[in-house]
Amino acid sequence: MPTESVYAHVNLESNYRRRKILNAVMLSLTGLTVLVAVVPLVWITVYVVIKGGKYINWALFARLPAPMGAPGGGVLHAIEGTAVMVTLASVIAIPLALLGAFYLLARPNTSLAHGLRFSTDMLAGTPSIVIGLFGYAVIVVVQKHFSAFAGGIVLAIIMLPVVLRSAEEMLKLVPAEMREGALALGSPEWHAALKVVLPAAMEGIVTGVMLGIARAVGETAPLLFTALGNDNYEIGKIVRSGIRHHQSVGKILGQIFAQPADALPLTLWKYAQQPYQERVQQAWAVAFVLMLFALGINILARARLAYRRRKLYG
Amino acid sequence: MNATQTSWRRRLTYYFKHGDVLWWALITLSALVAVVLVLWIGWQVWVQSAESRHAFGWAFVSPWAKPAWNPALDKFQAWPAIYGSLITALIALILAVPLALGIAVFLSELAPPWLRGPLNYMVEMLAAIPSVVYGLWGIYVFLPLVVVPVGKALEPLGGLPVVGELFQGPTPASGFTRLGAALVLVIMILPTIAAVSRDVLQAIPRSQREAAMALGATRWETVWKVLLPYGQSGILGAVILGFGRAIGETMAVTMVIGNSAGGGYSILKPGYTMASIIANEFAEAVSDLHTSALMEIGLVLFVITLLLNALARWLVVNRTIKRA
Repeated sequence: MPTESVYAHVNLESNYRRRKILNAVMLSLTGLTVLVAVVPLVWITVYVVIKGGKYINWALFARLPAPMGAPGGGVLHAIEGTAVMVTLASVIAIPLALLGAFYLLARPNTSLAHGLRFSTDMLAGTPSIVIGLFGYAVIVVVQKHFSAFAGGIVLAIIMLPVVLRSAEEMLKLVPAEMREGALALGSPEWHAALKVVLPAAMEGIVTGVMLGIARAVGETAPLLFTALGNDNYEIGKIVRSGIRHHQSVGKILGQIFAQPADALPLTLWKYAQQPYQERVQQAWAVAFVLMLFALGINILARARLAYRRRKLYG
Repeated sequence: MNATQTSWRRRLTYYFKHGDVLWWALITLSALVAVVLVLWIGWQVWVQSAESRHAFGWAFVSPWAKPAWNPALDKFQAWPAIYGSLITALIALILAVPLALGIAVFLSELAPPWLRGPLNYMVEMLAAIPSVVYGLWGIYVFLPLVVVPVGKALEPLGGLPVVGELFQGPTPASGFTRLGAALVLVIMILPTIAAVSRDVLQAIPRSQREAAMALGATRWETVWKVLLPYGQSGILGAVILGFGRAIGETMAVTMVIGNSAGGGYSILKPGYTMASIIANEFAEAVSDLHTSALMEIGLVLFVITLLLNALARWLVVNRTIKRA
């Protein structure tokens, strides 16, 4: 029996060394890629914080914009616009998303459920600019004017898939026995859902809602031709003039939503491209605010999520 | 007869007293909303682009038609914008995929537990930064410091046959170029591809790793010869998802690409993408045909991203992460 095998010509020693070296090199390369990803994150964050932090002042949050080229002024109009539109978006999107998630929980395998999951993913992947076009076509064209209302609706469409997905996941984490137990005790479906499953999943759902709001606050593209922008948007002024003219609360609210409005990212976009130094500085300050908001909410939300997972799975 | 009546009545009161009919109607309608929205969005961009579709036909999206984007003469042709979207997304993918895979492998296979949490955070933070902030940073920091030198370094490639077309200089001093958009996109799609690939790798059964190790494979060989092939369809899905993100990304790209409808294939020149041409011109569209042409670009964008996302979803969900 010949002892030398078919591998006799292979130098095992050097082959092994080659494999070990390749292993070390490639594994360090993967570590390097992580560094490459961390660099821009740190670069952007630090730069925006330093540069934008410099231009943060009280007027920024309390004043309307100064005339172009003049110093001073603030972005109160954009803060109020963002608040109004994101509130409207939340009021519409959050209940719809939750109810949709309850449908997925109650009937996980119907064709509507599959259709809903598919559509949610497609909606999440649709470019926000296309959602803006849609808002323009179905609201602005019909009403014949740009408005905070249209802006709020498109933001709701952006928020819907974010909240729906996370709500579904969170509802699924609630042990099925809880819902079944409630049903077995004779509680109707809605009661089991709202009084038993929802409270159990509440913590996680709030997290998803926070992520959805963070997403909506940062969105610009869909607002370009729905909310359009409005340097004079001031809720205080609308309310005061409403009171002076003895208008009803509904009418005043209507006017708040009927006007074109600005939003923080929209203002940033416009200011970033203007030749005036003051505007560019304010753009950096707005970037600082947006970044802090987005990162703050995300860190908070993910920390809560991690905490909850740990609590559930031990 | 009487019995049927009572049972019907009983059933009705049962339903209504407990409110379940209302509840079912509510949740079913809510479930329909997202489905209807997707169809409705598609329907609207289709209807609103009718004028442009009738006026220009297929030549509107054809790479061989004469490029023309002239709102003053009502002549529109979308190829330069489509090309801009494809080339920026493609370059972004070529650079982002190896990086993202490296990150995914590191996060799922190598990172010690104490490092994994913070790194996962960081990758997801990259995705959380609003697009306009990337744009602002891009204009004032990234373009002058990175894109302009890189563009200058690429100019000599302009002498090559065929691919030289892509590198026709000179690079503008401001850095507003297709290259700039592509490089910003790299950073923006990195977290998408990395996070999905990481999930795909983590879903691979432990036994695969153990078997490879037992056969004497090094860690790298386990990753390269076992895990990546095992997860290939999911990873392909992640890449396609990243491609869809890159094509649909609007604000950051609009801010750094220079917004020019000029023809030419060079990545060292300013250009347009489908998303950026809509963002830049729609609010100031000069004629109905102009609006309609932009809507048709929206239609093309919608259809492309829909197809990409559906494909990615099928690859990731159905073929790799087979969850309930």
